[in-house]
Amino acid sequence: MADLGERILAGDIRAASRLIRNLEDGMPDTDLVMKEIFLRTGNSHVIGITGAPGAGKSTLTDELIAAFRKKDRSVGVMAVDPSSPFTGGAILGDRIRMMRHAEDKRVFVRSMASRGNMGGLSKAVGESIHVMDVLGQEVIIVETCGVGQQEVDIINHAHTVIVVLVPGMGDEVQALKAGLMEIADIFVINKADRDGAGKLYKEVLSVIEMSAKDRGENGGWTIPVLMVESVLEPHKFAESVAILGEKIEEHYRYLVDNQLIEERMRNKTAAELNEALWASIMQPVLQDLSAEGEFEDMVDLLMKRQIDPYTLAKEVATRYMKRRVLTVEGPSADQSK
Amino acid sequence: MPRKLRVVIAKPGLDGHDRGAKVLARAFRDAGYEVIYTGCHQTPEMIAAVAIQEDVDLVALSCLSGAHRYLFPQVTKLLKDEGADDIVVMGGGIIPEQDHAALYEAGIAAIFGPGTPLDTITGWIDENVQPRE
Repeated sequence: MADLGERILAGDIRAASRLIRNLEDGMPDTDLVMKEIFLRTGNSHVIGITGAPGAGKSTLTDELIAAFRKKDRSVGVMAVDPSSPFTGGAILGDRIRMMRHAEDKRVFVRSMASRGNMGGLSKAVGESIHVMDVLGQEVIIVETCGVGQQEVDIINHAHTVIVVLVPGMGDEVQALKAGLMEIADIFVINKADRDGAGKLYKEVLSVIEMSAKDRGENGGWTIPVLMVESVLEPHKFAESVAILGEKIEEHYRYLVDNQLIEERMRNKTAAELNEALWASIMQPVLQDLSAEGEFEDMVDLLMKRQIDPYTLAKEVATRYMKRRVLTVEGPSADQSK
Repeated sequence: MPRKLRVVIAKPGLDGHDRGAKVLARAFRDAGYEVIYTGCHQTPEMIAAVAIQEDVDLVALSCLSGAHRYLFPQVTKLLKDEGADDIVVMGGGIIPEQDHAALYEAGIAAIFGPGTPLDTITGWIDENVQPRE
């Protein structure tokens, strides 16, 4: 695996897709390669596209690829679709909409299954963004699974979040709700030739106005609401999406000019540190406990109500964490070293 | 954690009948594979590029138009050119018996015709295709 890093830095797509696969499969030693490339990351503009199933995310992504390619920018795409909770299998179908770019060497599309990860993404997305970044993709589009109201993990990974809405999904209270409606940097009302698009537009606009007032912002980023229609009239559709492309770049410039890009990166970076800590602390501990059968034994004890999970967790913590002294209540405290 | 098997299902050429391909996609999903479905009207070049970008273990080609003798070998050739001939390629659709030998010769690992039970196909895959290390 060691030479993967060098090959990726040299622009080898096969090496990049292999590393992404290794990340997805949770192969050991991926950190050795990630270590090699991490310091060179941070050059791409990461765009998140999220919204309900069938809202038109893939079709928009396809047209956005075309718009960015017209400006000669290289594009990476990660398109996430759900895994079966029963078999673990998945049908990754986002790519169908993007096949016209298949032979373009400067477009790298990778389909990903969510593999049970909540939040609308795959666990491997964060690191895979780094892989596409050092591969030289100037723009990286991350298309989430079809999401509901609270799958908002994309905000940890994207500089610019596009929330795609379609008419007919509920009344104005839906637009007021927390979660998905709060994370947009740009709203797209897709399929705007359908009934109810005008009403949805007004609702979204009023939500934006309210939140701008709350923050007392003047001259900050005003969240645009773009109507996109007529996918059946390719020229019109392409025109609307070209405007979306402009807005996306405008948003990126806004982040850069106002030193906000660091702030966005900071959340993401903290999340990465969190994940790395989890991987090097929690994972080995859990593996350890499972290997010895201790985990199941503890579950048994809990089922019989002989002990509570909080005491057990503290016992485990004191056993594994040498530097931190934890107070464990009850007689079991003395058993830990 | 074992690796997941990743498969591209593709329809090369000009035939637009993808019911079979979709049924297969569903069967593969139920067998626990990750299936990238690319739709109809693909060129061999597109299919090879997708197989590489998606890091798949298997490419399943479906062709009902009669052009399999050109299209299938073209996919294996392009994969080979890219140094990706460790990706297994199998084919299905309307493939007359007398064409099988030439296709096997060109590196198609298995051929399944109409009416093949789905678990015959997934059984063959489970036996013959491992996720690449």
